[in-house]
Amino acid sequence: MISAQSLNKAFGAVQAVADVSFEVPAGEIFAFLGPNGAGKTTTIQMLTTLLRPTSGRIAIDGLDPGAQPLEVRRRFGIVFQDPSVDGDLTAYENMDLHGVLYHVPRRIRADRIEMLLKLFELWDRRKSQVKTFSGGMRRRLEIARGLLHTPKILFLDEPTLGLDPQSRNQLWTHVRHLNETEGVTVFLTTHYMDEAERMAHRVAIIDHGKIVAQGTPQELRAQTGSDSLEGAFLKLTGSTIRDERADAADQMRQMGRMWGGNRR
Amino acid sequence: MSVIYALWLREVKRYLRSRPQIIASLGQPLLYLLVLGFGLGPVFQQSGQGSYLQFIAPGVIGMGILFTAIFSGIGLLWDRQFGFLKETLVAPVPRLQIMAGRTLGGATIAMIQGVLVLAVCMLAGFRPHGFAAVPLALGFMALIAVVFAALGTAIGSTLRDMQGFQLIMNFLVMPIFFLSGALFPLDNLPGALAIATRLDPLSYGIDGLRGALIDLAHLGMFLDATVLAVVAGVFIVLGAWAFSRIQV
Repeated sequence: MISAQSLNKAFGAVQAVADVSFEVPAGEIFAFLGPNGAGKTTTIQMLTTLLRPTSGRIAIDGLDPGAQPLEVRRRFGIVFQDPSVDGDLTAYENMDLHGVLYHVPRRIRADRIEMLLKLFELWDRRKSQVKTFSGGMRRRLEIARGLLHTPKILFLDEPTLGLDPQSRNQLWTHVRHLNETEGVTVFLTTHYMDEAERMAHRVAIIDHGKIVAQGTPQELRAQTGSDSLEGAFLKLTGSTIRDERADAADQMRQMGRMWGGNRR
Repeated sequence: MSVIYALWLREVKRYLRSRPQIIASLGQPLLYLLVLGFGLGPVFQQSGQGSYLQFIAPGVIGMGILFTAIFSGIGLLWDRQFGFLKETLVAPVPRLQIMAGRTLGGATIAMIQGVLVLAVCMLAGFRPHGFAAVPLALGFMALIAVVFAALGTAIGSTLRDMQGFQLIMNFLVMPIFFLSGALFPLDNLPGALAIATRLDPLSYGIDGLRGALIDLAHLGMFLDATVLAVVAGVFIVLGAWAFSRIQV
């Protein structure tokens, strides 16, 4: 369903992603793990048509994102690391606009929005502006929205960042449910190793732009002689703390916090 | 078409829902109108140019439109990281439609803002020379709004961070405003300033508004409309090109 072969992405002299290859078969939950700045988000951006790789090949459901971006975009839903719901619109309006963007016919749109908002327990608040929502509610809305157009693939880029254990649990329960009932392929990144260990069928660990290990959580534990995925992760990537240079996005994140972050 | 409409509607809804922002953005034009209008009024009168309030009102309307339109475009910068823009960029919709919806939305709210400023000017004592003036003035307001909403989109697509925003304000937006003849008549200017004002697209917008509202066009309303339409076309192409190159 997702295939990457010898993927490279360079920003000037910096090699963000180097010779990355992996295959995610349909119906699998695949976790892409790595320390800060390892190249996780860059890889997701290349898979989701937001960035062009410097070299290498990608196939999403057999299609090349560079050649057929619109066809590829129809096939996946994505939950970004940073929020991307519109705070000034209501929950229902956010969903409806997504339906228009993905050309979901009006009648089906109304039915699916109702179904999803009920599933994610947001139906009672559908007429409230999203800026009045808690972090967990916004996340749930983003996920509900990503599922509106019945994607074959769901990309989740650190979806549980900043969520309380309750919301986190709820989120993963829904994701697993979708994977089991609708066969949605899931590609996720997270910093919480326990989540990856519980959820993922297979795991790839990326560091300094290169994949250093790939396999089921059990295989990685056996390979490194650790008793948890977290132990395996630390053995593979070392225990030095990575200092990312603050980029424009980080500076803006900081500003967002300063201004209360509730403009959107 | 439905996508352009939906994105346009989103911009308009957001504007109408942020009432405090609407009122706040009326503050600056109001300050220019009242303080300069009444403060410089006597000097202007003595030099035999008539009422300064009458003269400055079209300039202040143009200013309101300029700022609202450019800001709506620069909002892209924020929107790209934290907002809804990314959601639209991964949707199976051509970039051109997204840009068109956004830019038309920005132009529409700038236009509404212009009408509000006109209403405030009339409360302060401004009188158009006839009621026929209003439709013509609305036409010029729409042209100004499209020109600068498209320019805003081009800038917002190119900027990488918030520091660039200050640069744009001080070296582009403020000069566009001050060189437009919004505050002073464009005749008998020293050579360099005269040339600079002629290169500023807003000069033609303000001149057109003045022609429509108080029958005092220096350059001629036909020339004004033509220049604005051409510049709008150029900026739309520029904005669409810059927008198509956005990478998140």
